[in-house]
Amino acid sequence: MTDAATRYETVIGLEVHAQLSTRSKMFCGCPTTFGARPNTQTCPVCLGMPGVLPVVNRRAVELAIRTALAFSCRVNEACRFARKHYYYPDMPKNYQISQYEEPLAEDGFLEIDVEGGARTIGIQRLHLEEDVGKLLHEGTLETAQASLVDFNRSGVALMETVSRPELSSPEEAATYLRAFRAVLIFLGVCDGNMEEGSLRCDANVSLRPRGSATLGTKVEIKNLNSFRNVQRALEFEVRRQAQALEAGERIVQETRLWEADRSYTRSMRSKEFAHDYRYFPEPDLVPLRVDRRWVEEIRAGLPELPRAWRQRAVAQYGLPAYDAEVLTQSRALVDYYEAALREWAPASGAGADRPKVLSNWIMSELLRVLPGDDERAIQSSPIPPRHLVGLLGLIENSTISGKIAKDVFQKMFDSGQDAATIVERDGLTQVADEGALGQVIESVMAANPKAIEDYRRGKKEAKGALVGQVMKATRGKANPALVNRLLEDKLSQS
Amino acid sequence: MHRPIHELTDAFRRGDLTPSAAAEAYLARIGALDGKVGAYLTVVRDQALAAARESDQRWRAGSPRGPLDGAPVAVKDVMCTSGVRTTCGSKMLEHFVPPYDATTVERLRAAGVVILGKTNMDEFAMGSSTEHSAYHPTRNPWDLTRVPGGSSGGSAAAVAGGLAAGAYGSDTGGSIRQPAAFCGVVGMKPTYGRVSRYGLVALASSLDQIGPFAQDVTDTALLLGAVAGHDPRDATSIQAPVPDYAAELSKGVDGLTLGLPDEYFIDGMEPEIERAVRAAIDVLKGLGARIERVSLPTTRHALAAYYVILPAEASSNLARYDGVRYGLRVAGRDFIEMQSKTRAAGFGAEVKRRIMLGTYALSAGYYDAYYGKAQSVRTLVRREFAAAFAKVDLIVAPTTPNVAFKHGEKEDPLSMYLNDTFTIPGNLSGIPGVSVPCGFSTAGLPIGLQVLGRPLDEARVLRAAYAYEQATTWRSRRPELS
Repeated sequence: MTDAATRYETVIGLEVHAQLSTRSKMFCGCPTTFGARPNTQTCPVCLGMPGVLPVVNRRAVELAIRTALAFSCRVNEACRFARKHYYYPDMPKNYQISQYEEPLAEDGFLEIDVEGGARTIGIQRLHLEEDVGKLLHEGTLETAQASLVDFNRSGVALMETVSRPELSSPEEAATYLRAFRAVLIFLGVCDGNMEEGSLRCDANVSLRPRGSATLGTKVEIKNLNSFRNVQRALEFEVRRQAQALEAGERIVQETRLWEADRSYTRSMRSKEFAHDYRYFPEPDLVPLRVDRRWVEEIRAGLPELPRAWRQRAVAQYGLPAYDAEVLTQSRALVDYYEAALREWAPASGAGADRPKVLSNWIMSELLRVLPGDDERAIQSSPIPPRHLVGLLGLIENSTISGKIAKDVFQKMFDSGQDAATIVERDGLTQVADEGALGQVIESVMAANPKAIEDYRRGKKEAKGALVGQVMKATRGKANPALVNRLLEDKLSQS
Repeated sequence: MHRPIHELTDAFRRGDLTPSAAAEAYLARIGALDGKVGAYLTVVRDQALAAARESDQRWRAGSPRGPLDGAPVAVKDVMCTSGVRTTCGSKMLEHFVPPYDATTVERLRAAGVVILGKTNMDEFAMGSSTEHSAYHPTRNPWDLTRVPGGSSGGSAAAVAGGLAAGAYGSDTGGSIRQPAAFCGVVGMKPTYGRVSRYGLVALASSLDQIGPFAQDVTDTALLLGAVAGHDPRDATSIQAPVPDYAAELSKGVDGLTLGLPDEYFIDGMEPEIERAVRAAIDVLKGLGARIERVSLPTTRHALAAYYVILPAEASSNLARYDGVRYGLRVAGRDFIEMQSKTRAAGFGAEVKRRIMLGTYALSAGYYDAYYGKAQSVRTLVRREFAAAFAKVDLIVAPTTPNVAFKHGEKEDPLSMYLNDTFTIPGNLSGIPGVSVPCGFSTAGLPIGLQVLGRPLDEARVLRAAYAYEQATTWRSRRPELS
């Protein structure tokens, strides 16, 4: 760490925009499918034609309340939409319907696990708004002779969540964003896809002398569209600000754009050129009154959240924190794990290691072939939880070896068949017959007198070579524990 | 031929007249006279005749869709009509053809109404004289040197001049009632939220309301009934049953208490207006109404508040006209230049003035002093009406402080704005109001009596207007156009 870095304290706040998983847009009935042909999912309302009016999508409100409750926010009894004005060709009305002074929910928090323990990061507000369209330029923005606008995204329901400036490092910011995304995915309110823009993040960063109570001048960083970019951009910006402060410069309040390809932030506009959004209450919509009973219904339907599950998995199943973290990539993955464990619950005394065996297999095998954060992929896995448990059962009762099991796993994934069927069909049953195995061992010993001699002279490693030969001779089907015992018996006999 | 709609439909029923013949007659009259009046921006001859022929068949089969089937009606060019250009009186939308119908237009078509065309208006409904249309001014059929009022001047002049049997307009600060008074017809602004605004090109969203112009109160009731009622596409539209307004008309005013607001009889108002309105009140008294004085002291601040709220909302609503998706586009080197050139060329002076006023009023640092304060005044205006309506059933007052003025007479925007002094409070508070003819000045210009009521109490407002109309003969006088 440089001197500058130790002298200053980093203060970061994140604004996250999440596209809500609603079938129709925020204020009209148009579909929200990603990747449709440009301007095929539009209507007079989301094109901002003269005379059109917005109508609030109830499902979007429900998903936002669901999220607000998950973050322990206060859901306001009444909230209001407001118009936020600025001119941009991808914005049909040249104002965005958003929320300003009276947001849907306020004052929540998200607990994150960082080095040295847990931290609680405040969530200042959560509100609803509509998305804008998308501009497509011929070539670069600077040289394009024309730009095209696709309004398919215009009017899609967005939820903006603003954290308090309580994150103290770029790493912590990335951790917050990961934990935040996991919650949204768990709740089923957003698919969390950062590449497709379903989840977007802006950051406010400032530095202050360590121990100082007042905040430094903040800089807003835009275009942080992956976890990696969030961390890299913030690291760059913290360094840039520290160097500036060290050189006795003042930090300018401004908005900067992260250029991922060139790994630096550049100034977009300073405070003097900051937009005056001219907010005022949206007169086309009446204040939204949120029925308390509805809120309670939504609360009752909240799932167990990632962090709570992790804590329970550690305490109840004895999983390492790392495993629990990996498994909470999505609600579907946790559901998969839980379903498998229910199927294969440890009997009293026996199989106490099953929760860990299961997580090992999920982490090393299942997640090798399926993306763990893709709800649908996990839910429609060709190896359902029951089949995985079937496979692990065959290992546990020594029908097959762990090594063979990995091949069987691949075959199960490719064919959708269960483990027993494949093992039976391919004749993969482990050789656990002492008589049959004894014969193999004897012939291996006969062929390797030198190894036996080495072993008897005290070179115990020589046994390993013999075990390997036995496994080779049985094409991996021998039960390793049995091979070891029988071999030891025979070596000590003569 | 120029008869109220309920008389036309009586004739349709008897078989004395067909909707086609009525439509032909109106179209012929438009062809002959509208060059002088300038009530229309677009006449949809073929569509009108096609709709009329369908109506003919329904009447012949004895199954009309209702009391307006076949009625030849005009619609202000601020309501979207699918496939028919909708200009809002602006160069900005000269070639704009909406892909959809406003809810009001949709309901009219469903009721079998024959739409003759789209009427002239002050650009984007900003004005009180229809001189601020980007196309041509509309002239008052009673005196072609005078204005018909505005912004719905085209609709008012069409009904007064026999160029439509009835019409629809929009009223944001008096834009139906004031031209109705100037043109000697009935014009009604219903309760805010009573008629869907979906497809009504917005001026000031919290004030705009669609309403009818008619030759008499009976038609007003029918025309309102056809378009009133909840619309799921307009979140501000009210969910309340729509009464049969026409059926309630003859209940009279006996036993009703009418409030007379001190603040609506002011210095500077033309003496002939005051005389006519006071005479009208005597007629109502004679019909059994009780008259009581009421006070609405915030009235004097209403105009100022209105001219903050309206431009603020208008500046926002008109931001969408940027040349990107529809309407006028003037080429520029980049987006910003294209947009500025488009807006510079597409908007007229009054529109630009209000956009600048509104943008300023909403700016950071000024919001509380202007928009916030104006909203407080609005709350006071609303409360005063509520307090008054706790004591009286209806409020009666003049519609305007003066009769129709000459073209070019009010060049100063402020004196133009003052024309709406008596109508603006009704928009700020959202209450229903009607203007009904109550006499003529010595120069032969019509005068309007305004009746205001409680929210959603259109039926009683119309009842009082009807009782007055039936007791007088003003409606028998017609302007002579030839």
